[in-house]
Amino acid sequence: MSQQFTARRLAALAGASAVLVGLVGCSTPASEEEAPPSASGDATTAPVEPGDSTGVTEDTVTIGTHTPLTGPAAAGYSSISAAATAYFAYLNDNGGVHGRSIEYIVKDDGYNPSTTQTVVRELVQQDEVFAIVNGLGTPTHTAVLDFLNENEVPDLFVASGSTSWNLPEQYPFTFGYNADYVVEGAALAQYAADEHPDKKVCLLGQDDDFGDAMIEGAELVFGTGGLTHIERYSVSNQDVTAQIGALQAAGCEINLLATINGFTALALGTSAQFGWFPMWFSSSSGADYPTLVTYLGEDVGPQLLQGLVGTNYLPSLGSEDEWVTLFRQINEDYNDGAPFDGNTIYGMSVAYTFAEALAAAGEDPTRESLLAAVTSGGLTGNGIVPLSFSEDNHAAYLGVGITMVDQGVQDYLGATYAVEGGTVTAVEAAPIPLENDALPAG
Amino acid sequence: MNRIAPSLTGAPRTIVMGAVLTVVAIAATFGLDPYRNFQLATIVAYFCAVAGLTLLVGLTGQLSLGHAALMAVGGYAYALTASLATDMGLDGLPRFLLGMAGAIAASTLHGLLLGLAGARLHGPYLAGLTLGIAIALPAVTAQFSGVLGGDQGLRIDRDDVPAVLSRLIVVEQWQAWVAIMIAGVVVTGLAAVRRSSLGLRMRAVRDDETAARLSGVPAGRVKVVAFTLSSVAAGAGGAALCFVTQSVSPGAYTLAFSLLLVVAAVVGGLGSIGGAALGAALIVMLPWLVATLTDLVDMPAELEQRLSGNLGLLVFGALLIIVMLARPGGLAGLRRGRRTRRTSAEDPTPPSGPDAVAATSPTGATAADPAPASALREMPANDQPRTPQTVLQSPTERER
Amino acid sequence: MDHLLFLIATGLARGAIFALFALSLVLIWRAARIINFAQGAMALVATYAAFAVTGMTGSYWAGLGAGILAGAAIGLGVERGLMRFTRDSHPLAGIIVAIGLVMVLQALLGIFFGQQHRPMHTPFSDSPLTVGGVPLLSPYDIFVLVVALAVMGGLALLFNRTSMGLQLRASAFSPEVSRVLGVRVSLMVTVGWMLSAAVAALAAMLLVPTELGLNPHSTDVLFVYAFTVAVVGGLDSPVGALLGGLVVGVAMTLVTGYLGATFAPIGVLVLLVVVLLVKPGGIFSMREARSA
Repeated sequence: MSQQFTARRLAALAGASAVLVGLVGCSTPASEEEAPPSASGDATTAPVEPGDSTGVTEDTVTIGTHTPLTGPAAAGYSSISAAATAYFAYLNDNGGVHGRSIEYIVKDDGYNPSTTQTVVRELVQQDEVFAIVNGLGTPTHTAVLDFLNENEVPDLFVASGSTSWNLPEQYPFTFGYNADYVVEGAALAQYAADEHPDKKVCLLGQDDDFGDAMIEGAELVFGTGGLTHIERYSVSNQDVTAQIGALQAAGCEINLLATINGFTALALGTSAQFGWFPMWFSSSSGADYPTLVTYLGEDVGPQLLQGLVGTNYLPSLGSEDEWVTLFRQINEDYNDGAPFDGNTIYGMSVAYTFAEALAAAGEDPTRESLLAAVTSGGLTGNGIVPLSFSEDNHAAYLGVGITMVDQGVQDYLGATYAVEGGTVTAVEAAPIPLENDALPAG
Repeated sequence: MNRIAPSLTGAPRTIVMGAVLTVVAIAATFGLDPYRNFQLATIVAYFCAVAGLTLLVGLTGQLSLGHAALMAVGGYAYALTASLATDMGLDGLPRFLLGMAGAIAASTLHGLLLGLAGARLHGPYLAGLTLGIAIALPAVTAQFSGVLGGDQGLRIDRDDVPAVLSRLIVVEQWQAWVAIMIAGVVVTGLAAVRRSSLGLRMRAVRDDETAARLSGVPAGRVKVVAFTLSSVAAGAGGAALCFVTQSVSPGAYTLAFSLLLVVAAVVGGLGSIGGAALGAALIVMLPWLVATLTDLVDMPAELEQRLSGNLGLLVFGALLIIVMLARPGGLAGLRRGRRTRRTSAEDPTPPSGPDAVAATSPTGATAADPAPASALREMPANDQPRTPQTVLQSPTERER
Repeated sequence: MDHLLFLIATGLARGAIFALFALSLVLIWRAARIINFAQGAMALVATYAAFAVTGMTGSYWAGLGAGILAGAAIGLGVERGLMRFTRDSHPLAGIIVAIGLVMVLQALLGIFFGQQHRPMHTPFSDSPLTVGGVPLLSPYDIFVLVVALAVMGGLALLFNRTSMGLQLRASAFSPEVSRVLGVRVSLMVTVGWMLSAAVAALAAMLLVPTELGLNPHSTDVLFVYAFTVAVVGGLDSPVGALLGGLVVGVAMTLVTGYLGATFAPIGVLVLLVVVLLVKPGGIFSMREARSA
């Protein structure tokens, strides 16, 4: 910098700083020792109030989320927040919850943990949201886990199957939504063992937590080292020929997939090129039929996907479920008729679950009453088994159902498995019926 | 500066300047709410890396596309050493200092190795090598996920506000203070280097490596030192960011982020430390500004989703192109614009005509005139308004 | 052994595309002494054009032709509209403007077409032909290899056997002398850009159908590996691009097959470091880099 520039800037800064130092009061902590940082900028949190109602006004409740709308990860996920927004618009048009409409602020983080930290702080400290709902992604949400819990912000229904969200002791404010990957891996493996006891089972997994957890789940069933062959792929390389070749060479008959939708499509497409048609058992993260068809193309997709086994815990797209019918209608009316797929159902289901929790949190919700509503065990959600939230369990779904694609329709087969304490058990599915047009009354 | 402290010259003056600006920045944190302080801390951490990059590119002409990865080196080293310190029962200042020492050591080592390789390489080859580093980072963290934590990276314990200050400031402000102090030390060091004879040698190497060698400048060593310094600055920035966010992960240090650092350095003005500060502020604030502006306009959800994020990227790209073509001096060069025009009017025959491709050597330097030799003869004269530094720092002016 | 053969065959087809794209980078480098970082994004825009034309006409070949023409037109536009002005500017201006162009193009593609993947189809079967029980190349792989070799052969003929080629080479190596001799150097630079962008577009159109589909980021990885290939082979050397592409393609598949997918980018980096340390100008650099 030139010296004149520096000198002038220095003078200006010195002058400005004199003014700023005068403003010290506006940034010093509130008088209590343990004041949460978020409350320091203003003095709205009066101690007489029974709880923290940040983000709640007479007629609105403001909540926020972080999700990738740009960057390579946006392709698979950007429709989730749009679906949730559509459901909230439907809910608000029908009176909201306890007369309050829900404002859902969606922030793009590009699946970059550093951006996630920035936007979540903005949501909490600038936009003063009541809760973070359905923040998406394992690495991204991991980056804000400590921040949200230190600031005592309800961190509801994280969109990822990592087991990190179910740590009530360490992270009392965080709750997961997806059935975790261990559960999914175990359920798929158990189904394989039950239905095809003599077949060689292998696994193709992403080279991160996702793959590790699925392997862990599968080994609950088959024992450590019980899988015939394991191959890993990296999202940065869209060529899985070498991996598929190795699976084929190992004589695999059933391939468990810990893959996101794009790589499920790649795996199926590549093996079809080899003329190799084993059975594919995919995690719910990579088993969404409409999405897979768009990847594979309308012409060959349906044929390749015939018989694809997957897991799910939400109303299934292929069923004539009343939830699905309603969600389809909401998608038409409030989401500009965007493509209706598993992500749409997922986004609306999460939004519905939040509305249910908010309704249960009472006429005048506080962060405390919201958490109490979730941990009370009274929430049902809209899945094929009731939500399993409780004081000491922050995972939404401990059981999943097995789905299969048949003639272009993906629906439940009936087999449902739950995992508890490291053992897999078959359970009865108990789908939650639609009530009051998905408008929680409280 | 002369008006404020006319008796101070050379390195002491740079240090006093750095100290004064650091104190001013710390004072400024009192005017900001916690979120703005977090943003400030981020800007300041990026500032370290951008200052290092701008010095490297502006002074030695070596383009690095891997500075985000070098920041990650600092961040990971900080996280690993700080965790180790926690295990040893340390916390507070000793843990912080150990962490910083680890970050500096690791980034020095990486910078040195890369610099040794890079000193042999010219323009695009160095860019290719550093690009490879940026691409390999996620693979390295996945490969050694036992130590580096795979794509979730590492998390560390938070350093709380020291007891003496806890009634005065909140944790975000404290984190901003620490980041500012790190940047203060690092950038003051870089500014001192820029003004030293080493800085002069760097420019000589950039302008004409052969001429510099002939004048007795050990070009290879100068490049290695420059790369190492730049790497340390980036590493310190990464460590500061790790301190502020208590985490480090490969997804935060992508190639796209490396390119954003280049945007910051270029738009700020290559070689200019003040420009680096402006550039760092720009890359943090612009996406936020664009998002805020698009929020004000009512539009269909689908369109809004497509614009969100992409619009920021579009503005960055356009800025980069416009600045590079219209004002290669960057934001920092704006003030000097008038003088530049005057001097170029005095010199009616710019050495490189529109098609003088041959005059551009593969080093990327324009070997058009013996400027470096004359630059070498001029010693730094800090109390003159137009020292060789100011003359040389703007690429448009360099050809004189 | 079977596994090795299989991996090598797979790697060759992929390597051919790397080689073709690397060649396009070499073309621009030789014509304008610029590493075009925007090559991937430019080729992607052309691929979107091809996708649109194929969608409208239903013909793969019409799309391919349109994509190549679009590539050339983009090359023309970028050279005349942007890169021309970088030459008398900062020495790194070419690279930096190109990086800016990548951001602009990716943002525009994201805004206009969204982030979703659009499937593209191959004109020939991509099921590998089995030789002695080992699946080797598919008809599409063979198509890719033939196209790549034909384009390279064609370019070699163009550069070495035609007057245009002579002018292109002359203006690249000695623009001032060429101008004195009446070569329209500035036109030749433009032609170089058009040729290069068209070749890059072709490479992208060959690659995308084998991957997830068309998306604003489809060519990110292609550019990075092709750039590595060009650097490894030597930016001045078309032969280096060809051999480098095949070597990197096969090496990546071998590393993936034997060491794991995660290791592949590290393997490429190691290759890059080793080659550059031994020969700083790439394996096939003709001479010491022209330092001043």
